[in-house]
Amino acid sequence: MARKNECIAMLLAGGQGSRLGILTKKIAKPAVPFGGKYRIIDFPLSNCVNSGIHTVGVLTQYQPLELNDYIGNGEPWDLDRTDGGVHILSPYQQIEGTEWYKGTANAIYQNINFIDKYDPEYVAILSGDHIYKMDYGEMLAFHKEKEAACTIAMLEVDWEEASRFGLMIVNDDGTIAEFEEKPANPRSNKASMGVYIFTWKKLRQYLIDDEAKEGSSNDFGKDVIPTMHNAGEKMVAYPFKGYWRDVGTIDSLWTANMDLISPEAEINLDDPTWKIYARSPSAPPQYISSHARVRNSMVAEGCNIEGDVDFSVLFANVTVEEGAVVRDSIVMPGSIIKKGAIVQYAIVAENATIGENAQVGAREQDCEKGEWGITVIGENVTINDKEKVPAKSMISEKEEA
Amino acid sequence: MRANNVLGIIHAQSYGPNANGELTSIRTSASVPFGGRYRMIDFPLSDMVNAGMTQVGIITETNFQSLVDHVGSGRPWDLARKREGMFILPPYNTSSAMIGHETRLSSLYSISDFLNKSRQEYVLMTDTNTLYNINYRDLFKFHDEKGADITIVYKHGKAPALSDLMMFAIGDDKRINEISISNGGDAGVETNYSFNIILMRKSLLEYLVRNAIAHNYTSFERDVIQANLPNLKVYGYPITGYSAMIDSLKTYYKASLDLLHPENRKALFDPSKPIDTKICDNVPATYGLDAKVSNSLIADGCVIEGTVENSILFRDVKVERGAVIKNSIIMQGSVVSTNSTLNAVITDKNAVITPNKNLSGDESYPIFISKGTTV
Repeated sequence: MARKNECIAMLLAGGQGSRLGILTKKIAKPAVPFGGKYRIIDFPLSNCVNSGIHTVGVLTQYQPLELNDYIGNGEPWDLDRTDGGVHILSPYQQIEGTEWYKGTANAIYQNINFIDKYDPEYVAILSGDHIYKMDYGEMLAFHKEKEAACTIAMLEVDWEEASRFGLMIVNDDGTIAEFEEKPANPRSNKASMGVYIFTWKKLRQYLIDDEAKEGSSNDFGKDVIPTMHNAGEKMVAYPFKGYWRDVGTIDSLWTANMDLISPEAEINLDDPTWKIYARSPSAPPQYISSHARVRNSMVAEGCNIEGDVDFSVLFANVTVEEGAVVRDSIVMPGSIIKKGAIVQYAIVAENATIGENAQVGAREQDCEKGEWGITVIGENVTINDKEKVPAKSMISEKEEA
Repeated sequence: MRANNVLGIIHAQSYGPNANGELTSIRTSASVPFGGRYRMIDFPLSDMVNAGMTQVGIITETNFQSLVDHVGSGRPWDLARKREGMFILPPYNTSSAMIGHETRLSSLYSISDFLNKSRQEYVLMTDTNTLYNINYRDLFKFHDEKGADITIVYKHGKAPALSDLMMFAIGDDKRINEISISNGGDAGVETNYSFNIILMRKSLLEYLVRNAIAHNYTSFERDVIQANLPNLKVYGYPITGYSAMIDSLKTYYKASLDLLHPENRKALFDPSKPIDTKICDNVPATYGLDAKVSNSLIADGCVIEGTVENSILFRDVKVERGAVIKNSIIMQGSVVSTNSTLNAVITDKNAVITPNKNLSGDESYPIFISKGTTV
């Protein structure tokens, strides 16, 4: 048995993220690049370390290669430890056969032995698809103070948007009276953030019971939490204030990136007391030439900019040649925007090439109504010289025959 | 010879009175910041790792706190290893011989134990006031092909103003026929001067050093290399590609601005021979509404609202609205406030230029603002 841990974290990173389209064709959603040098998973991982949680199990299933490679031994997050550290937990073969993770609860169920090894009092269940900075330590203190079986982090969202979320109706004492999953007419604007802390002894039993139950979808939101609630366990809502975004769609991913360069940015990544850690490439500083014009943008190391960059997020080692324009766009590592090309309202994935004088994406005012949207250029795609890629299209790599 | 049969020895302190001028008054020459995110030691250290060398000792003398902080366990260079890896070799006194690291010779003598217990048969020594990105394997091959006892990397050009500088007369076969030693008096003279990258068998180095110490000699260049020139086959390996030797604040300034030329950057930051450095987890650089940046190198964590031209900004530099920075080198964590103008200025780390200041040096004589100073 390992040294006893008060609280360990289990990070659900197996999701495909199909709403991100070609961006998640070869990588799991948590591995999607974000914010110039990060990947989505850097946020929950850094939050764990900054919160004092040093044992993290990362549950992977869909396209785990790049994610496994990225996490490696956990060194960028100080999670390469003798005691605890980060562990990749993939489905494995057992005596009774091999099972994929059937649902979020089943994923944790299949790793009960891993959790038991650390003999924790509490387990935090996190997901790998949100951008936020949060002290799980404060939430844990709240959970202990309330003597709850389950604490769910909650955020007040705009009433107009409330119907997109899983909502909670909360009593004055903080206990949860009722759950509503994406209701048409919301009675509450308190949304679940997908961050849970459970008292492990309780959760352990409910996971075993849920597994035995016929017809259960083995999901936290659909099965385990309602069952616990109906059984009269103490469920409380932990109020979180601050920036939190689900980046599960192309539009929300684009918007959250743009939030970083907004003068009224609600999320500050440049905070020495709450750093977001990432595995960084080894690249020299960015070079901005005398022909370049870079404004309102975030630019990572190794970039070589000779063109115009405005309201954009450029990842490491991006080249923007002379006369090229990148506007309101996200360009992921290693991509090249050649001379005279115009990239607008687009997400260009890793190692893509936009040919000379090509046009990618368009402004809303230049499109017919209903035809506008963010354009996505997939990994390793080459757009030919002078080619025009209209708004809202998705171009992915041609399959090798 | 195989690269993992070569032991690396890096002198963290370059010897000589005016090695890097103001920048080294608080740190070793190895930990002088360079090129926006690097320290001088990153270049030889990365080259050694890129060549496939697996064991490196770093000889330190004084002021090595910043160096230890920078290299840590050696992890960024994959040198944090159970077997071999990176070793910091601070000075120590033995009861029999009170020898610290005052000179190149005595420092080599004081690491006798380290040399002795290393399994490598060859030693490659470098200094930390030099900039280059060469493939040491080519040097090893040259040494083997020539059947050399000692190979020294040299550069043809104007001699820097350094003491104990070896200058060579070299034959067509690259054999060094004559060595003269300058103490700064030959600065500017066109010559073949030593880049102090020296390769030889470990056993030969141990013998030469022991012998020199036994005779109470003090100079590695004069008493070890020059004195043994008639007995040994000493060859010169010419450095190609971009290189520079820093002998003053002025040459530091010039070498820094050399990076604004793409061909120099390409030579120094060749992606097939990457230069690694300590990771600091800064956010990417952000450019504001009024940012105007031209012909400059900008590191992570910078926040730019003003104008930057022909300059190098290290990590976490803040340039406020209306501030203008030209032909300058601004080190990590410095702040240039609203409506201040800098021209030909080098600020050390964490300097603060308050609003409405106007500082102007000359390209031949840049103004230096020391670490943590508020102007």
